[in-house]
Amino acid sequence: MTTPAIELHGLRKSYGEKLVLDDVDLTVNAGTVTALLGPNGAGKTTAVNILATLVRPDGGTASVNGCDVVEDPDGVRAVIGLTGQFSAVDKLLTGEENLLLMARLRHLGAKRTRTRTTELLEQFDLVEAARKPLSTYSGGMQRRLDLAMTLVDTPSVIFLDEPTTGLDPRSRRTMWDIVRGIVANGTTVLLTTQYLDEADELADRIAVLDDGRIVADGTPDELKRLVPGGHVQLRFTTAAALDTASRLLDESVRDDAALTLTVPSDGGVRALRTVLDQLDAQKLEVEDLSIHTPDLDDVFFALTGRVDTKGTES
Amino acid sequence: MTSIIATSQTTRVGARQSHVFSDAITMLRRNLLHIIRYPELTIFVIGGPVVFLLLFVFVFGGTLGAGLPGVDAEGGRAAYLAYVMPGILIITIAGTAGGAATTVAMDMKEGITARFRTMAISRAAVLAGHVLGNTIQAILAVVVVFGVGVAIGFRPTTPPIDWLAAFGIIALISFAVSWLAVAMGMQAKSVESASNLPLILLLLPLLGSGFVPTDSMPQWLQWFAEYQPFTPFIEAIRGLLLGTPLGWNVVLAIGWSVVLAVGGYIWSMVLYERRSVR
Repeated sequence: MTTPAIELHGLRKSYGEKLVLDDVDLTVNAGTVTALLGPNGAGKTTAVNILATLVRPDGGTASVNGCDVVEDPDGVRAVIGLTGQFSAVDKLLTGEENLLLMARLRHLGAKRTRTRTTELLEQFDLVEAARKPLSTYSGGMQRRLDLAMTLVDTPSVIFLDEPTTGLDPRSRRTMWDIVRGIVANGTTVLLTTQYLDEADELADRIAVLDDGRIVADGTPDELKRLVPGGHVQLRFTTAAALDTASRLLDESVRDDAALTLTVPSDGGVRALRTVLDQLDAQKLEVEDLSIHTPDLDDVFFALTGRVDTKGTES
Repeated sequence: MTSIIATSQTTRVGARQSHVFSDAITMLRRNLLHIIRYPELTIFVIGGPVVFLLLFVFVFGGTLGAGLPGVDAEGGRAAYLAYVMPGILIITIAGTAGGAATTVAMDMKEGITARFRTMAISRAAVLAGHVLGNTIQAILAVVVVFGVGVAIGFRPTTPPIDWLAAFGIIALISFAVSWLAVAMGMQAKSVESASNLPLILLLLPLLGSGFVPTDSMPQWLQWFAEYQPFTPFIEAIRGLLLGTPLGWNVVLAIGWSVVLAVGGYIWSMVLYERRSVR
Protein backbone atom coordinates (compact mmCIF):
# COMPACT_ATOMS: atom_id res chain seq x y z
CA MET A 1 0.00 0.00 0.00
CA THR A 2 1.39 3.38 -0.93
CA THR A 3 1.33 6.29 1.48
CA PRO A 4 -1.31 8.87 0.58
CA ALA A 5 0.08 12.26 -0.39
CA ILE A 6 -2.18 14.04 2.09
CA GLU A 7 -3.96 12.56 5.08
CA LEU A 8 -6.19 14.35 7.57
CA HIS A 9 -7.65 12.50 10.55
CA GLY A 10 -10.13 14.04 12.93
CA LEU A 11 -8.55 17.45 12.35
CA ARG A 12 -9.82 20.15 14.69
CA LYS A 13 -8.98 23.80 15.02
CA SER A 14 -10.70 26.65 16.75
CA TYR A 15 -9.87 30.31 17.18
CA GLY A 16 -11.20 31.28 20.59
CA GLU A 17 -14.87 30.35 20.69
CA LYS A 18 -15.11 29.86 16.95
CA LEU A 19 -14.72 26.27 15.77
CA VAL A 20 -13.12 26.46 12.33
CA LEU A 21 -12.42 22.81 11.59
CA ASP A 22 -14.56 20.15 13.22
CA ASP A 23 -13.30 16.59 12.90
CA VAL A 24 -12.16 16.73 9.28
CA ASP A 25 -11.04 13.53 7.55
CA LEU A 26 -9.55 13.63 4.09
CA THR A 27 -7.24 11.40 2.09
CA VAL A 28 -5.62 12.55 -1.15
CA ASN A 29 -3.76 9.97 -3.23
CA ALA A 30 -0.48 10.85 -4.89
CA GLY A 31 -0.76 12.33 -8.36
CA THR A 32 -4.40 13.36 -8.03
CA VAL A 33 -6.17 16.70 -7.79
CA THR A 34 -8.62 17.26 -4.97
CA ALA A 35 -10.71 20.37 -4.63
CA LEU A 36 -11.82 21.61 -1.25
CA LEU A 37 -15.02 23.41 -2.13
CA GLY A 38 -16.80 25.74 0.23
CA PRO A 39 -17.94 29.27 0.93
CA ASN A 40 -15.84 31.90 2.68
CA GLY A 41 -15.31 31.00 6.30
CA ALA A 42 -15.86 27.27 5.76
CA GLY A 43 -12.33 26.51 6.96
CA LYS A 44 -10.62 25.85 3.62
CA THR A 45 -7.69 28.17 4.18
CA THR A 46 -7.22 26.95 7.75
CA ALA A 47 -7.00 23.36 6.52
CA VAL A 48 -4.42 24.32 3.90
CA ASN A 49 -2.44 26.41 6.40
CA ILE A 50 -2.27 23.46 8.79
CA LEU A 51 -0.95 21.25 5.98
CA ALA A 52 1.56 23.95 5.01
CA THR A 53 2.84 24.06 8.64
CA LEU A 54 1.69 27.65 9.14
CA VAL A 55 -1.00 26.79 11.67
CA ARG A 56 -0.89 24.18 14.42
CA PRO A 57 -3.95 21.95 14.74
CA ASP A 58 -5.77 21.66 18.09
CA GLY A 59 -6.52 17.99 17.59
CA GLY A 60 -6.29 15.16 15.12
CA THR A 61 -3.43 14.58 12.71
CA ALA A 62 -2.34 15.94 9.37
CA SER A 63 0.43 14.49 7.28
CA VAL A 64 2.00 15.05 3.88
CA ASN A 65 3.80 12.14 2.21
CA GLY A 66 3.71 10.40 5.58
CA CYS A 67 5.41 13.28 7.44
CA ASP A 68 3.36 14.64 10.32
CA VAL A 69 2.99 18.42 10.18
CA VAL A 70 3.59 18.83 13.92
CA GLU A 71 6.24 16.13 14.47
CA ASP A 72 8.30 16.76 11.34
CA PRO A 73 7.46 20.17 9.87
CA ASP A 74 10.75 20.37 7.98
CA GLY A 75 10.04 17.03 6.32
CA VAL A 76 6.74 18.49 5.15
CA ARG A 77 8.31 21.78 4.07
CA ALA A 78 10.83 19.97 1.91
CA VAL A 79 8.15 18.51 -0.37
CA ILE A 80 5.36 21.10 -0.46
CA GLY A 81 4.63 24.32 -2.29
CA LEU A 82 1.90 26.80 -1.36
CA THR A 83 0.32 29.49 -3.46
CA GLY A 84 -2.00 31.32 -1.16
CA GLN A 85 -4.90 33.61 -1.81
CA PHE A 86 -2.77 36.54 -0.66
CA SER A 87 0.14 36.95 -3.01
CA ALA A 88 3.35 35.59 -1.55
CA VAL A 89 5.67 37.64 -3.73
CA ASP A 90 8.21 40.27 -2.76
CA LYS A 91 6.73 43.48 -4.10
CA LEU A 92 10.00 45.43 -3.93
CA LEU A 93 11.78 43.00 -6.24
CA THR A 94 11.33 42.28 -9.94
CA GLY A 95 9.76 39.06 -11.21
CA GLU A 96 13.15 37.64 -12.07
CA GLU A 97 14.63 38.56 -8.70
CA ASN A 98 11.71 36.85 -6.96
CA LEU A 99 12.37 33.63 -8.87
CA LEU A 100 16.12 33.85 -8.25
CA LEU A 101 15.42 34.32 -4.54
CA MET A 102 13.32 31.15 -4.45
CA ALA A 103 15.85 29.16 -6.49
CA ARG A 104 18.65 30.18 -4.10
CA LEU A 105 16.58 29.29 -1.04
CA ARG A 106 15.93 25.87 -2.62
CA HIS A 107 19.71 25.50 -3.11
CA LEU A 108 19.55 24.67 -6.78
CA GLY A 109 23.17 25.70 -7.36
CA ALA A 110 24.35 28.70 -9.37
CA LYS A 111 23.86 27.24 -12.85
CA ARG A 112 20.53 25.51 -12.26
CA THR A 113 19.26 28.67 -10.50
CA ARG A 114 19.77 30.63 -13.74
CA THR A 115 18.35 28.05 -16.12
CA ARG A 116 15.34 27.26 -13.94
CA THR A 117 14.51 30.97 -13.61
CA THR A 118 14.69 31.45 -17.40
CA GLU A 119 12.57 28.33 -17.91
CA LEU A 120 9.85 29.50 -15.56
CA LEU A 121 9.77 33.03 -16.95
CA GLU A 122 9.15 31.55 -20.39
CA GLN A 123 6.65 28.96 -19.22
CA PHE A 124 4.60 31.56 -17.35
CA ASP A 125 4.79 34.18 -20.08
CA LEU A 126 6.71 36.65 -17.92
CA VAL A 127 9.82 37.16 -20.06
CA GLU A 128 8.96 40.69 -21.06
CA ALA A 129 8.09 41.74 -17.53
CA ALA A 130 11.00 39.85 -15.94
CA ARG A 131 13.05 42.92 -15.05
CA LYS A 132 10.17 45.22 -14.22
CA PRO A 133 9.09 45.98 -10.65
CA LEU A 134 6.02 44.12 -9.44
CA SER A 135 4.09 47.35 -9.10
CA THR A 136 3.67 47.25 -12.89
CA TYR A 137 2.25 43.69 -12.86
CA SER A 138 -1.45 42.95 -13.35
CA GLY A 139 -3.30 40.69 -10.90
CA GLY A 140 -3.03 37.78 -13.30
CA MET A 141 0.71 38.28 -13.78
CA GLN A 142 1.32 38.43 -10.03
CA ARG A 143 -0.64 35.22 -9.56
CA ARG A 144 1.36 33.54 -12.32
CA LEU A 145 4.63 34.67 -10.75
CA ASP A 146 3.38 33.46 -7.38
CA LEU A 147 2.73 30.01 -8.79
CA ALA A 148 6.03 29.99 -10.69
CA MET A 149 7.81 30.69 -7.39
CA THR A 150 6.04 27.71 -5.85
CA LEU A 151 7.21 25.51 -8.72
CA VAL A 152 10.90 26.44 -8.64
CA ASP A 153 11.89 23.14 -7.06
CA THR A 154 9.03 20.99 -8.51
CA PRO A 155 7.45 20.11 -5.15
CA SER A 156 5.57 16.81 -5.06
CA VAL A 157 2.53 18.26 -3.27
CA ILE A 158 1.10 21.68 -4.08
CA PHE A 159 -1.56 23.61 -2.22
CA LEU A 160 -3.44 26.20 -4.24
CA ASP A 161 -5.55 28.36 -1.99
CA GLU A 162 -8.21 30.00 -4.16
CA PRO A 163 -5.85 30.36 -7.11
CA THR A 164 -8.26 32.29 -9.31
CA THR A 165 -10.18 34.43 -6.83
CA GLY A 166 -10.18 38.00 -8.10
CA LEU A 167 -8.87 37.17 -11.57
CA ASP A 168 -10.61 38.14 -14.79
CA PRO A 169 -12.08 35.30 -16.88
CA ARG A 170 -9.16 35.13 -19.28
CA SER A 171 -6.48 35.01 -16.56
CA ARG A 172 -8.64 32.39 -14.90
CA ARG A 173 -8.52 30.16 -17.99
CA THR A 174 -4.74 30.65 -18.24
CA MET A 175 -4.41 29.63 -14.60
CA TRP A 176 -6.47 26.50 -15.20
CA ASP A 177 -4.23 25.51 -18.11
CA ILE A 178 -1.17 25.98 -15.92
CA VAL A 179 -2.67 23.84 -13.16
CA ARG A 180 -3.47 21.10 -15.70
CA GLY A 181 0.17 21.24 -16.81
CA ILE A 182 1.37 20.79 -13.22
CA VAL A 183 -0.93 17.82 -12.74
CA ALA A 184 0.28 16.23 -15.98
CA ASN A 185 3.75 16.12 -14.39
CA GLY A 186 2.42 13.87 -11.63
CA THR A 187 2.23 16.49 -8.89
CA THR A 188 -0.43 16.09 -6.21
CA VAL A 189 -2.62 19.15 -5.96
CA LEU A 190 -4.98 20.23 -3.19
CA LEU A 191 -6.96 23.18 -4.39
CA THR A 192 -9.46 25.29 -2.51
CA THR A 193 -12.15 27.14 -4.35
CA GLN A 194 -15.58 28.61 -3.96
CA TYR A 195 -16.45 27.97 -7.60
CA LEU A 196 -18.07 24.68 -8.54
CA ASP A 197 -17.05 25.09 -12.19
CA GLU A 198 -13.42 25.45 -11.18
CA ALA A 199 -13.53 22.30 -9.07
CA ASP A 200 -15.33 20.54 -11.91
CA GLU A 201 -12.72 21.66 -14.48
CA LEU A 202 -9.65 20.67 -12.49
CA ALA A 203 -10.37 18.12 -9.82
CA ASP A 204 -10.57 14.34 -9.78
CA ARG A 205 -12.31 14.56 -6.47
CA ILE A 206 -14.26 17.24 -4.66
CA ALA A 207 -14.69 17.51 -0.92
CA VAL A 208 -17.33 20.00 0.15
CA LEU A 209 -16.51 21.85 3.33
CA ASP A 210 -19.24 23.65 5.23
CA ASP A 211 -18.83 25.23 8.65
CA GLY A 212 -15.69 23.24 9.33
CA ARG A 213 -17.15 19.87 8.34
CA ILE A 214 -16.84 17.80 5.20
CA VAL A 215 -20.44 17.40 4.06
CA ALA A 216 -19.77 15.56 0.80
CA ASP A 217 -16.82 13.87 -0.83
CA GLY A 218 -16.75 12.33 -4.29
CA THR A 219 -15.99 12.72 -7.98
CA PRO A 220 -17.42 15.77 -9.74
CA ASP A 221 -19.97 13.50 -11.44
CA GLU A 222 -21.09 12.02 -8.15
CA LEU A 223 -21.47 15.47 -6.76
CA LYS A 224 -23.37 16.74 -9.76
CA ARG A 225 -25.77 13.85 -9.42
CA LEU A 226 -26.58 15.30 -6.03
CA VAL A 227 -27.20 18.61 -7.75
CA PRO A 228 -29.25 17.53 -10.74
CA GLY A 229 -28.71 20.67 -12.74
CA GLY A 230 -29.62 23.75 -10.86
CA HIS A 231 -33.06 25.19 -10.43
CA VAL A 232 -35.74 27.34 -11.88
CA GLN A 233 -36.84 30.38 -9.94
CA LEU A 234 -40.41 31.59 -10.36
CA ARG A 235 -41.75 34.88 -9.10
CA PHE A 236 -45.46 35.41 -8.54
CA THR A 237 -47.56 38.50 -8.11
CA THR A 238 -49.72 37.28 -5.23
CA ALA A 239 -49.17 35.19 -2.12
CA ALA A 240 -52.14 33.03 -3.12
CA ALA A 241 -50.52 32.11 -6.43
CA LEU A 242 -47.25 31.30 -4.64
CA ASP A 243 -49.19 29.14 -2.22
CA THR A 244 -50.92 27.13 -4.93
CA ALA A 245 -47.76 26.72 -6.94
CA SER A 246 -45.72 25.53 -3.99
CA ARG A 247 -48.27 22.79 -3.32
CA LEU A 248 -48.30 21.90 -6.98
CA LEU A 249 -44.55 21.53 -7.51
CA ASP A 250 -42.68 18.84 -5.59
CA GLU A 251 -39.47 19.69 -3.73
CA SER A 252 -39.94 23.39 -4.30
CA VAL A 253 -38.74 25.90 -1.71
CA ARG A 254 -40.71 29.08 -1.21
CA ASP A 255 -39.64 32.52 -0.14
CA ASP A 256 -42.71 34.36 1.12
CA ALA A 257 -41.06 37.75 1.35
CA ALA A 258 -39.87 37.79 -2.25
CA LEU A 259 -42.89 35.81 -3.53
CA THR A 260 -40.50 33.40 -5.23
CA LEU A 261 -40.46 29.67 -5.58
CA THR A 262 -37.27 27.69 -6.24
CA VAL A 263 -37.85 24.45 -8.13
CA PRO A 264 -35.01 21.96 -8.58
CA SER A 265 -34.57 21.32 -12.29
CA ASP A 266 -31.91 20.37 -14.80
CA GLY A 267 -32.72 23.59 -16.64
CA GLY A 268 -33.56 21.73 -19.85
CA VAL A 269 -36.43 22.74 -22.15
CA ARG A 270 -38.45 19.61 -21.42
CA ALA A 271 -38.31 20.04 -17.65
CA LEU A 272 -39.12 23.71 -18.02
CA ARG A 273 -42.13 22.97 -20.19
CA THR A 274 -43.44 20.47 -17.61
CA VAL A 275 -43.27 23.08 -14.88
CA LEU A 276 -44.96 25.74 -17.02
CA ASP A 277 -47.67 23.30 -18.17
CA GLN A 278 -48.48 22.46 -14.58
CA LEU A 279 -48.76 26.16 -13.73
CA ASP A 280 -50.86 26.86 -16.84
CA ALA A 281 -53.29 24.10 -15.92
CA GLN A 282 -53.98 25.98 -12.68
CA LYS A 283 -54.07 29.34 -14.51
CA LEU A 284 -51.25 30.68 -12.36
CA GLU A 285 -49.62 33.87 -13.58
CA VAL A 286 -45.79 33.82 -13.41
CA GLU A 287 -44.35 37.31 -13.31
CA ASP A 288 -40.74 36.40 -13.76
CA LEU A 289 -38.77 33.25 -14.46
CA SER A 290 -35.05 32.61 -14.29
CA ILE A 291 -32.98 29.49 -14.88
CA HIS A 292 -29.92 28.81 -12.73
CA THR A 293 -27.20 26.41 -13.83
CA PRO A 294 -25.63 24.60 -10.87
CA ASP A 295 -23.27 26.62 -8.72
CA LEU A 296 -22.02 26.48 -5.19
CA ASP A 297 -25.36 27.67 -3.88
CA ASP A 298 -27.03 24.65 -5.46
CA VAL A 299 -24.48 22.26 -4.01
CA PHE A 300 -25.33 23.60 -0.62
CA PHE A 301 -28.98 23.62 -1.39
CA ALA A 302 -28.73 19.93 -2.25
CA LEU A 303 -26.38 18.96 0.55
CA THR A 304 -27.58 21.00 3.45
CA GLY A 305 -31.04 22.11 2.40
CA ARG A 306 -29.97 25.71 2.89
CA VAL A 307 -29.95 28.18 0.04
CA ASP A 308 -28.07 30.73 2.07
CA THR A 309 -24.34 30.14 1.87
CA LYS A 310 -23.32 33.26 3.69
CA GLY A 311 -20.34 35.03 2.27
CA THR A 312 -20.56 33.87 -1.34
CA GLU A 313 -21.33 36.52 -3.86
CA SER A 314 -24.36 35.63 -5.94
CA MET B 1 14.34 0.76 12.56
CA THR B 2 14.57 3.37 15.28
CA SER B 3 18.23 3.95 14.59
CA ILE B 4 17.57 4.42 10.87
CA ILE B 5 15.01 7.13 11.61
CA ALA B 6 17.38 8.78 14.06
CA THR B 7 20.18 8.80 11.51
CA SER B 8 18.06 10.25 8.74
CA GLN B 9 16.84 13.00 11.04
CA THR B 10 20.35 13.89 12.12
CA THR B 11 21.39 14.09 8.48
CA ARG B 12 18.48 16.36 7.73
CA VAL B 13 19.26 18.66 10.67
CA GLY B 14 22.92 18.68 9.62
CA ALA B 15 22.03 19.56 6.05
CA ARG B 16 19.79 22.35 7.24
CA GLN B 17 22.44 23.86 9.46
CA SER B 18 24.91 23.92 6.61
CA HIS B 19 22.39 26.06 4.71
CA VAL B 20 21.94 28.62 7.49
CA PHE B 21 24.88 30.63 6.26
CA SER B 22 24.04 30.56 2.54
CA ASP B 23 20.36 31.24 3.32
CA ALA B 24 21.37 34.22 5.45
CA ILE B 25 23.42 35.58 2.52
CA THR B 26 20.43 35.08 0.17
CA MET B 27 18.21 36.94 2.63
CA LEU B 28 20.83 39.67 3.00
CA ARG B 29 20.82 40.11 -0.79
CA ARG B 30 17.05 40.51 -0.65
CA ASN B 31 17.32 43.14 2.09
CA LEU B 32 20.07 45.03 0.26
CA LEU B 33 17.84 45.17 -2.82
CA HIS B 34 15.09 46.57 -0.60
CA ILE B 35 17.49 49.26 0.63
CA ILE B 36 18.31 50.18 -2.97
CA ARG B 37 14.66 50.11 -4.09
CA TYR B 38 13.52 52.19 -1.15
CA PRO B 39 16.20 54.88 -0.79
CA GLU B 40 13.97 57.18 1.26
CA LEU B 41 14.80 55.18 4.37
CA THR B 42 18.56 55.54 3.82
CA ILE B 43 18.20 59.26 3.20
CA PHE B 44 16.25 59.51 6.45
CA VAL B 45 18.77 57.58 8.56
CA ILE B 46 21.61 59.72 7.18
CA GLY B 47 19.75 63.03 7.06
CA GLY B 48 18.57 62.87 10.67
CA PRO B 49 22.00 62.69 12.31
CA VAL B 50 23.46 65.24 9.85
CA VAL B 51 20.80 67.76 10.90
CA PHE B 52 21.53 66.88 14.53
CA LEU B 53 25.25 67.43 13.98
CA LEU B 54 24.82 70.80 12.26
CA LEU B 55 22.27 71.89 14.85
CA PHE B 56 24.45 70.97 17.81
CA VAL B 57 27.62 72.44 16.35
CA PHE B 58 26.37 75.67 14.78
CA VAL B 59 23.37 76.51 16.98
CA PHE B 60 24.25 75.14 20.45
CA GLY B 61 27.96 74.51 19.87
CA GLY B 62 29.36 77.90 20.80
CA THR B 63 27.71 77.93 24.21
CA LEU B 64 27.98 74.22 24.95
CA GLY B 65 31.64 74.16 23.92
CA ALA B 66 32.49 77.09 26.17
CA GLY B 67 31.07 75.06 29.05
CA LEU B 68 33.42 72.12 28.44
CA PRO B 69 36.23 71.84 31.03
CA GLY B 70 39.41 73.65 29.95
CA VAL B 71 37.97 75.35 26.88
CA ASP B 72 38.02 79.14 26.44
CA ALA B 73 35.09 81.08 24.97
CA GLU B 74 36.53 81.60 21.45
CA GLY B 75 37.41 77.94 20.83
CA GLY B 76 33.97 76.74 21.96
CA ARG B 77 32.46 75.69 18.64
CA ALA B 78 35.51 73.76 17.36
CA ALA B 79 35.96 72.09 20.75
CA TYR B 80 32.32 71.11 20.85
CA LEU B 81 32.48 69.62 17.32
CA ALA B 82 35.26 67.34 18.54
CA TYR B 83 33.35 66.54 21.72
CA VAL B 84 29.98 65.77 20.09
CA MET B 85 31.21 63.77 17.07
CA PRO B 86 31.43 60.35 18.80
CA GLY B 87 27.93 60.88 20.24
CA ILE B 88 26.58 61.80 16.81
CA LEU B 89 28.13 58.67 15.28
CA ILE B 90 26.54 56.48 17.96
CA ILE B 91 23.16 58.21 17.66
CA THR B 92 23.38 57.55 13.90
CA ILE B 93 23.50 53.83 14.65
CA ALA B 94 20.67 54.11 17.18
CA GLY B 95 18.65 56.03 14.60
CA THR B 96 18.67 53.12 12.15
CA ALA B 97 16.75 50.99 14.67
CA GLY B 98 13.43 52.73 13.99
CA GLY B 99 13.68 52.08 10.25
CA ALA B 100 14.77 48.48 10.77
CA ALA B 101 11.91 47.80 13.21
CA THR B 102 9.37 49.27 10.77
CA THR B 103 10.81 47.25 7.88
CA VAL B 104 10.61 44.04 9.92
CA ALA B 105 7.07 44.77 11.13
CA MET B 106 6.00 45.37 7.51
CA ASP B 107 7.77 42.29 6.26
CA MET B 108 6.12 40.04 8.87
CA LYS B 109 2.76 40.96 7.38
CA GLU B 110 3.79 40.19 3.79
CA GLY B 111 2.74 37.03 2.01
CA ILE B 112 6.37 36.34 1.13
CA THR B 113 7.22 35.86 4.83
CA ALA B 114 4.42 33.29 5.09
CA ARG B 115 5.96 31.59 2.07
CA PHE B 116 9.38 31.50 3.77
CA ARG B 117 7.73 29.75 6.69
CA THR B 118 6.39 27.00 4.46
CA MET B 119 9.91 26.38 3.16
CA ALA B 120 12.71 24.50 4.87
CA ILE B 121 14.68 27.66 5.66
CA SER B 122 16.27 28.26 9.04
CA ARG B 123 14.35 30.91 10.97
CA ALA B 124 17.66 32.45 12.01
CA ALA B 125 18.54 33.03 8.35
CA VAL B 126 15.40 35.10 7.72
CA LEU B 127 16.18 37.29 10.73
CA ALA B 128 19.90 37.45 9.97
CA GLY B 129 19.06 38.86 6.53
CA HIS B 130 17.33 41.80 8.21
CA VAL B 131 20.08 42.21 10.80
CA LEU B 132 22.97 42.14 8.32
CA GLY B 133 21.12 44.46 5.92
CA ASN B 134 20.56 47.00 8.65
CA THR B 135 24.14 46.63 9.95
CA ILE B 136 25.46 47.53 6.50
CA GLN B 137 23.04 50.43 6.23
CA ALA B 138 24.09 51.70 9.67
CA ILE B 139 27.81 51.49 8.83
CA LEU B 140 27.22 53.37 5.56
CA ALA B 141 25.28 56.04 7.43
CA VAL B 142 28.08 56.41 9.99
CA VAL B 143 30.64 56.79 7.19
CA VAL B 144 28.60 59.54 5.49
CA VAL B 145 27.89 61.38 8.77
CA PHE B 146 31.59 61.12 9.65
CA GLY B 147 32.39 62.62 6.24
CA VAL B 148 30.12 65.57 6.95
CA GLY B 149 31.87 65.98 10.30
CA VAL B 150 35.27 66.06 8.57
CA ALA B 151 33.91 68.57 6.03
CA ILE B 152 32.96 71.00 8.78
CA GLY B 153 36.32 70.66 10.51
CA PHE B 154 36.44 67.47 12.62
CA ARG B 155 39.94 65.93 12.73
CA PRO B 156 40.79 62.71 14.55
CA THR B 157 43.99 63.12 16.60
CA THR B 158 44.93 59.46 16.90
CA PRO B 159 47.01 57.19 14.61
CA PRO B 160 45.10 55.41 11.78
CA ILE B 161 45.32 52.03 13.54
CA ASP B 162 42.99 53.47 16.20
CA TRP B 163 40.55 54.61 13.50
CA LEU B 164 40.42 51.02 12.30
CA ALA B 165 39.64 49.87 15.83
CA ALA B 166 36.92 52.53 16.06
CA PHE B 167 35.46 51.24 12.79
CA GLY B 168 35.42 47.71 14.21
CA ILE B 169 33.60 48.89 17.34
CA ILE B 170 31.11 50.84 15.17
CA ALA B 171 30.40 47.69 13.13
CA LEU B 172 29.93 45.61 16.28
CA ILE B 173 27.56 48.14 17.87
CA SER B 174 25.62 48.37 14.60
CA PHE B 175 25.23 44.59 14.58
CA ALA B 176 24.05 44.55 18.21
CA VAL B 177 21.59 47.42 17.76
CA SER B 178 20.25 45.73 14.60
CA TRP B 179 19.38 42.54 16.49
CA LEU B 180 17.57 44.63 19.11
CA ALA B 181 15.77 46.59 16.38
CA VAL B 182 14.60 43.40 14.64
CA ALA B 183 13.24 42.07 17.94
CA MET B 184 11.49 45.39 18.59
CA GLY B 185 9.95 45.30 15.11
CA MET B 186 8.58 41.83 15.77
CA GLN B 187 7.30 42.86 19.18
CA ALA B 188 5.23 45.69 17.65
CA LYS B 189 1.52 44.99 17.28
CA SER B 190 1.32 47.09 14.12
CA VAL B 191 3.56 48.69 11.53
CA GLU B 192 2.56 52.13 12.80
CA SER B 193 3.77 51.43 16.34
CA ALA B 194 6.96 49.62 15.27
CA SER B 195 9.16 52.69 15.59
CA ASN B 196 7.98 53.53 19.12
CA LEU B 197 10.14 51.11 21.10
CA PRO B 198 13.36 52.01 19.19
CA LEU B 199 12.92 55.63 20.34
CA ILE B 200 14.43 54.48 23.64
CA LEU B 201 17.64 53.68 21.78
CA LEU B 202 17.63 57.17 20.28
CA LEU B 203 17.27 58.71 23.73
CA LEU B 204 20.08 56.77 25.40
CA PRO B 205 23.05 58.60 23.80
CA LEU B 206 21.50 61.86 25.06
CA LEU B 207 21.30 60.42 28.58
CA GLY B 208 25.00 59.49 28.46
CA SER B 209 28.25 61.26 27.76
CA GLY B 210 27.43 61.95 24.11
CA PHE B 211 26.43 65.61 24.21
CA VAL B 212 27.59 66.97 27.54
CA PRO B 213 30.00 65.56 30.17
CA THR B 214 28.08 63.45 32.70
CA ASP B 215 29.62 65.49 35.59
CA SER B 216 27.25 68.32 34.71
CA MET B 217 24.17 66.13 35.32
CA PRO B 218 22.25 65.63 38.60
CA GLN B 219 23.57 62.80 40.76
CA TRP B 220 20.85 60.21 39.92
CA LEU B 221 21.17 60.82 36.19
CA GLN B 222 24.95 60.62 36.45
CA TRP B 223 24.58 57.19 37.98
CA PHE B 224 22.31 56.08 35.13
CA ALA B 225 24.61 57.61 32.49
CA GLU B 226 27.59 55.84 33.99
CA TYR B 227 26.09 52.35 33.82
CA GLN B 228 24.10 52.34 30.58
CA PRO B 229 25.64 50.77 27.45
CA PHE B 230 25.79 53.92 25.33
CA THR B 231 28.30 55.70 27.57
CA PRO B 232 31.06 53.09 27.03
CA PHE B 233 30.09 53.00 23.33
CA ILE B 234 30.64 56.75 23.06
CA GLU B 235 33.73 56.82 25.31
CA ALA B 236 35.37 54.00 23.34
CA ILE B 237 34.88 55.87 20.05
CA ARG B 238 36.00 59.15 21.65
CA GLY B 239 39.15 57.53 22.99
CA LEU B 240 39.95 55.85 19.69
CA LEU B 241 39.40 59.03 17.61
CA LEU B 242 40.55 61.77 19.99
CA GLY B 243 42.94 60.04 22.36
CA THR B 244 40.93 60.57 25.56
CA PRO B 245 41.64 57.97 28.27
CA LEU B 246 40.12 54.64 27.19
CA GLY B 247 40.12 52.81 30.50
CA TRP B 248 37.82 49.77 30.33
CA ASN B 249 35.56 51.39 27.76
CA VAL B 250 36.60 49.26 24.77
CA VAL B 251 36.09 46.07 26.76
CA LEU B 252 32.76 47.37 28.11
CA ALA B 253 31.62 48.39 24.61
CA ILE B 254 32.41 44.93 23.24
CA GLY B 255 30.79 43.26 26.26
CA TRP B 256 27.61 45.34 25.98
CA SER B 257 27.45 44.70 22.22
CA VAL B 258 27.60 40.95 22.79
CA VAL B 259 24.91 41.18 25.50
CA LEU B 260 22.60 43.29 23.31
CA ALA B 261 23.15 41.12 20.24
CA VAL B 262 22.52 37.86 22.10
CA GLY B 263 19.54 39.39 23.90
CA GLY B 264 18.07 40.66 20.63
CA TYR B 265 18.72 37.30 18.96
CA ILE B 266 16.93 35.29 21.66
CA TRP B 267 14.10 37.82 21.89
CA SER B 268 13.47 37.85 18.15
CA MET B 269 13.80 34.07 17.71
CA VAL B 270 11.22 33.46 20.46
CA LEU B 271 8.84 35.96 18.84
CA TYR B 272 9.39 34.51 15.38
CA GLU B 273 8.52 31.01 16.60
CA ARG B 274 5.46 32.27 18.45
CA ARG B 275 4.25 34.30 15.49
CA SER B 276 4.98 31.61 12.93
CA VAL B 277 2.66 28.90 14.14
CA ARG B 278 -0.75 29.98 15.32
